[in-house]
Amino acid sequence: MDRTDREISSALSLAIESNLAVALATVIDGAAVGAKLLVFADAARGADLGSLGNPELTRVVARDARGELAAGRSVTRHYGAQGQARQTELTVFIESFAPPPEMWIFGAVDFTGALVGIARNLGYRVTVCDARPIFATRERFPDAHELVNLWPHELLEQQGDRLGERDAICVLTHDPKFDVPAVQAALETRVGYIGCMGSRRTHEERNRRLIEAGADPIQLQRVMSPIGLDLGARSPAETAISICAEIIALRYGRPVRSLRDTRGSIHGES
Amino acid sequence: MRDILPALENWRRSGKRSALARVVRIEGSAPRELGAAMAVNEDGEVLGSVSGGCIEGAVVEEARALLAGDPTPKVVSFGYSDDDAFAVGLTCGGTIDLYLEVFDW
Repeated sequence: MDRTDREISSALSLAIESNLAVALATVIDGAAVGAKLLVFADAARGADLGSLGNPELTRVVARDARGELAAGRSVTRHYGAQGQARQTELTVFIESFAPPPEMWIFGAVDFTGALVGIARNLGYRVTVCDARPIFATRERFPDAHELVNLWPHELLEQQGDRLGERDAICVLTHDPKFDVPAVQAALETRVGYIGCMGSRRTHEERNRRLIEAGADPIQLQRVMSPIGLDLGARSPAETAISICAEIIALRYGRPVRSLRDTRGSIHGES
Repeated sequence: MRDILPALENWRRSGKRSALARVVRIEGSAPRELGAAMAVNEDGEVLGSVSGGCIEGAVVEEARALLAGDPTPKVVSFGYSDDDAFAVGLTCGGTIDLYLEVFDW
């Protein structure tokens, strides 16, 4: 029994390290308390491991765990001894381990280093992308998970498919040569957050160029520009906090003031 | 549990028994999310947290009892709904259930 059980925690660790989506179901009350089942979102990447005792119960919980995992949720549910709904003989805790959300930062500028640090603390897997190899270096961004020397739109065209609702793109280049194709390509993805740095004038100018380049004005409303909350942020660290705070507020739907929706100076007077 | 799993496995590799506590139910306001976990090993070393620091002391006692006595997993509730005014409670006013087990899987 020990051997099989050990395989579960090892398999769970390995799945987390490999960025696979897995859920662990544990019977926390009822017969077979302590029994565990590890469920992989993608059956091709791993076969379910463990058992909750009754085969029908195991099958039903595996199905439910996949559903919770797809939503990135953890939950406690009740079942009958054979997995029946609306019965309460057993209580099962399903914990989802979704891979970390991604933040892609375009532009290896002063603000980038501060944003990498805060995003990492928030649990993002952080990629810094800049077409200029002399700027996007490991020495300058030791905390980034990945450094990419490509034009941002090239990275998006190659790998943008994998971005989803929980992920974020922050465009810090504030150079129309990079920004315009980057934002256009970002709008082609399902990424949950797109923010774009620049002064209010840069923002107007960039929007004008984007529309000239064929961007849909309605789609452009997805872009938070100027990026961040209206905190009066000045330093790179303050700006990084205003960006991350905006992402958090949007995720939870809280009514705070984004720079996009205010006027006047972006930086506070000290 | 993600954050403490590597250290839990290290304890096991060095032959130390440990107990694991996970948040499995939250009612009202609670400082940590479902799945937040802490672990205590037989030497009394502690990892992780399950609240804002309100109940960690009591969890350590529960975990030690599990390691020293009856190893049957159990669910323990903490919160203001306790009748005993001196019971360990959460300052945020919510109630949480913890599932405690020996880490043997």
